[in-house]
Amino acid sequence: MNLKYLYVWESDKKKNLYNTLVKKITSKNLDDKVKVLSTKYIGITGKKSIIKIMPENITYTNFNETEDIDKIIDSHFINNKVLDEFIYITDNKFAKVKEKDKYYKQLRIVLRNSGYIDPENINDYLARDGYKALEKALFKMTPTDVIEEIKKSGLRGRGGAGFPTGKKWEITKNVQSDIKYVVCNADEGDPGAYMDRSVLEGDPYSVIEGMTICAYAVGAQYGYIYVRAEYPLAIKRLQMAIDKANEMGLLGNNILNTKFSFNIEIRLGAGAFVCGEETALIASIEGKRGMPRPRPPFPAISGLWGKPTVINNVETWANIPVIIIKGSQWFSSIGTETSKGTKVFALTGKIKYPGLIEVPMGTTIREIVFDIGGGILNNKKIKAVQTGGPSGGVIPEEYLDLPIDYESLQKIGSMMGSGGMIVMDEDDCMIDVAKFYLQFTVDESCGKCAPCRIGGKQLLEILKAISSGKAEEDDITRLKRISFAMKNASLCGLGQSAPNPVISTLKYFEHEYIEHIRDKKCKTGKCKDLITYTINQEKCIGCGACALRCPAGAISGEKRKPHNIDQLKCIKCGECYLTCKFNAINKL
Amino acid sequence: MNKLNEKIKLKINNKVIEVEKGITVLEAAKYAQIKIPTLCKHEDLHPTGACGICVVKVEGMKKLVRACTTPAENGMSITTHDAELHEVRKNVIELILSRHPNECLTCLRNGSCELQKFAEEFGIREKFFKPMVLEKPKDLSTRAIVVDSKKCIGCGRCVEVCQNIQQVWALEFINRGFEMRIAPAGDILLADSPCIKCGQCSAHCPVGALIEYEETDKVWGALRNNDLYPVAQIAPAVRVAFGESFDLPPGTITTKKIYALLKSIGFKAVFDTNFGADLTIMEEGTEFYERYNNNPEKLPLITSCCPSWVDYLEKYYPDLIENFSTAKSPHQMVGVLSKTYFAEKNKIDPAKIFMVSIMPCTAKKYEISRTDEMFASGYQDVDVSITTRELVRIANSGGIDFVNLPEEECDEILGKYTGAGTIFGVTGGVMEAAIRTAYYLFTKEKLKEIELNEIRGLKGIKTGVIKLNGKEIKVAVAHGVGNIKEVLDQVREAKIKKQKQPYDFIEVMACYGGCIAGGGQPYQVSNKLRTQRTEGIYKDDRQQPIRYSFENPMIKKLYEEYLEKPLSVKSHKLLHTKYKARPIYYK
Repeated sequence: MNLKYLYVWESDKKKNLYNTLVKKITSKNLDDKVKVLSTKYIGITGKKSIIKIMPENITYTNFNETEDIDKIIDSHFINNKVLDEFIYITDNKFAKVKEKDKYYKQLRIVLRNSGYIDPENINDYLARDGYKALEKALFKMTPTDVIEEIKKSGLRGRGGAGFPTGKKWEITKNVQSDIKYVVCNADEGDPGAYMDRSVLEGDPYSVIEGMTICAYAVGAQYGYIYVRAEYPLAIKRLQMAIDKANEMGLLGNNILNTKFSFNIEIRLGAGAFVCGEETALIASIEGKRGMPRPRPPFPAISGLWGKPTVINNVETWANIPVIIIKGSQWFSSIGTETSKGTKVFALTGKIKYPGLIEVPMGTTIREIVFDIGGGILNNKKIKAVQTGGPSGGVIPEEYLDLPIDYESLQKIGSMMGSGGMIVMDEDDCMIDVAKFYLQFTVDESCGKCAPCRIGGKQLLEILKAISSGKAEEDDITRLKRISFAMKNASLCGLGQSAPNPVISTLKYFEHEYIEHIRDKKCKTGKCKDLITYTINQEKCIGCGACALRCPAGAISGEKRKPHNIDQLKCIKCGECYLTCKFNAINKL
Repeated sequence: MNKLNEKIKLKINNKVIEVEKGITVLEAAKYAQIKIPTLCKHEDLHPTGACGICVVKVEGMKKLVRACTTPAENGMSITTHDAELHEVRKNVIELILSRHPNECLTCLRNGSCELQKFAEEFGIREKFFKPMVLEKPKDLSTRAIVVDSKKCIGCGRCVEVCQNIQQVWALEFINRGFEMRIAPAGDILLADSPCIKCGQCSAHCPVGALIEYEETDKVWGALRNNDLYPVAQIAPAVRVAFGESFDLPPGTITTKKIYALLKSIGFKAVFDTNFGADLTIMEEGTEFYERYNNNPEKLPLITSCCPSWVDYLEKYYPDLIENFSTAKSPHQMVGVLSKTYFAEKNKIDPAKIFMVSIMPCTAKKYEISRTDEMFASGYQDVDVSITTRELVRIANSGGIDFVNLPEEECDEILGKYTGAGTIFGVTGGVMEAAIRTAYYLFTKEKLKEIELNEIRGLKGIKTGVIKLNGKEIKVAVAHGVGNIKEVLDQVREAKIKKQKQPYDFIEVMACYGGCIAGGGQPYQVSNKLRTQRTEGIYKDDRQQPIRYSFENPMIKKLYEEYLEKPLSVKSHKLLHTKYKARPIYYK
């Protein structure tokens, strides 16, 4: 009998369902029939409880974890009947729900295996063409062929800057050196981004296979995967995958009985964002303080311990095996003129269906937001989309029909980045958004170069002043001058791109800045210091509900008579505004 | 591999120039007589790329690049100056100023500060960006070097010199982002860290974040106090660098002008540390002779004139303490003799003698109270040790027209020196001086070829073999702690494995180039400057009528009248010291 896999979606906060299911399966003597697996990526999100059964690809959601579990297990595994009550999408229902389906307009290359295989079982990977690419490379292609294939595919680094991957490999290949390294950058750190984590947790082998193919092509002997320690499941699965691949002769000495040997080790990062910058990452692997160094020389020529080193990020590596199997022509047929293949985005914000998506390059932002993401929550108006995380910028509504690729995003002041995409609606304040990202880059700056170390802090302090009504008009000039200095004189990508959130919000929403500075007003109400709560004396009936709720004791008044707010005591929490049933609180 | 002298052609500001392959854009621009402003780059050090002021435009590159770290390549077209680059640089300088306290008037670097210079040149007349100074109290714990991280601009020169040149690893960047500053790892006090007080950090700091522990007020105080009998001595290396601060060419010998300067500001007697150097040679040379003949297991003998190096040995190589010469450093010898021999001879109460050493060195400030042996006279043998830079300030505030000051002689009996004494100030000099005397001790003949070129120069480790009466003495000279380590590790290894030692006699100086490039010398040190100062020292040697320490008539007199002979009981009491193992970290 075929083994069935029962995938359980679990987040960091939610951990009980897996244990419940394991117990249930055991108590019903289904252990040899069903294997329960925990996953953080299951294909849909935004539901309370999700399980998915493979290979039939049936997903159950929105069931009660204590009461309905028995019903589902009994029906599905014992009576072999699909339970319509909790079903989400099945393959045979696909046509019917196509319009609403999240997979509509998506194309899964990087995430081809995530959610479909047991990431802890190499056989699952092998069954889905795993290691066919390595076999093809080793026995049917020369190292030069491999590099040519990658070059022709048009694959560009998915870490943010978009350097052509094949060209990078070629540089390393052409450097004479006794030792060369291949490094996987898995130091994903953008707020809200979890693309790499999903690949590592869902499909670790594709990354390892990609690195192995590269090592063969460039002549490297050692590999490192630099992964942040905050990803324990990814680390566990990577280590299992490395061990298993070593055991099966797919990694280590004399891979597939050839003369080619390649060993991979995992290195844990302590969570410094700047260590995602390749030269800082190298310093960190070498055991030094994680600080970038000036380039050139580029790591492809002089990297880890001064040796030629290919560094690519997780998503890039996961593309490699598919390109080798299906060919560069297939890959380059997807995407735009300059950007080929697909891109994974972590879609979040004020959107109906947030989650991880993978779309061909050239898909428009509007398609992502409205067709895949289901549009804006509560049918509010879209204001902007932020891409590229703290290094990117905001894209206003007028550019929603822009086909996404490396160049187009850069042209309008944002960037691809590693793939965060945050949708903002009319309730979002652009100063607040810029402040959030600057707080992040200020916290994460290593402090080595003056423009980033001091400039970032200056920008943040000015933004804080603007959002609290303490700014002056010169501050806009200051923002512009500091941004200009940081962009041009910072040492690494972090500092050079750190002012992007400020530059882009200033470019498209300068009027909001002026409103904050000149009128001391924040229309969205996000900048608390600029809001004043007052009581409409005509509407107030003196019920006292607001005074009772006020945590600062700022509201007073006689019973049945209009109340007043003491502005000096008010902490602007908005409780009174939410409590009043008579619309008597004014928020200005 | 690159062929030597391979030339490349590139365009800088539309001017085609031909330069050697392998140099940076910054260096190429220098060839073209173009000055690109830099703040973090120091000629001595590997560029860190921290400040971002040297950015230039390279045709075909999207971003600006740092001239200090970008290799010049064939066919490059570079723009080093235009209005846009000016704006970038000015903004960066303004940003740095916003994090820098407004304390120029009370800062030790007022007038010599590199940041101040740029603020002036770039026409920055107001602090447009809001001041955001990171308040942090000064670290005065070593009483030799002061860390004032509030003023730190994060250029990283100190970390570079401390970790990569000196390999001491006392200073490190701590914290991240805006909070980043320099401090010993773990944010402990500098005195509790591995710091050896060499002061190279202070000689390389572009601003006032790392400075010498200023003691000019103590000197003025002593000069004002009529109860005291202030005396001074100057170290070998001071005389060839001091003039730089008065626009004299580097290497100019200003010995007699400095004597005159000291006398004119009120010192009652002026001595010369070179006399102490001659005396050190007598003691150390004899020590070597004794060990070589009677105690060969205590070889190699390692010199001990450098207090930074002594500190380093006590911390990192306590197992080699028995190899260390017990002879004190020259200025300590002069110090103790001023309060004993000189005092007795001139009937001065030694309690009233106030000895000021003028040294190229910050570690001497630490040395003067290092152990009980530094109080051998019954008083603190040297009361204050100031750096060359501090004496410059004393001279300026003392109203001295140094360049036109008439020369004066120094005082008897601790002043007369030989050529061997003066070369103590440069790497290889102690060894060379010692050999001149040791040769005599071994052979009873004078060495003819006295200029030992094989141990001269800026090579980090220099070795040689000296033939004495058929015996071969293997010598090594190392300078810069990083290089010393290499030699010491060979000695340690031989010791552990009970093998034959690779050397018999080793000279060490903690600062690269020797004392002429010490941590207390005038700023802007570079290899060119080191060479010029070194030439000055060797010139001083050649100019001396006597070039062997044992022929110094005053040294002879000293032994006849007072000490009897080298390594006598009295010598041991006054001129020798002890060492002990010390922890690398005190906490």
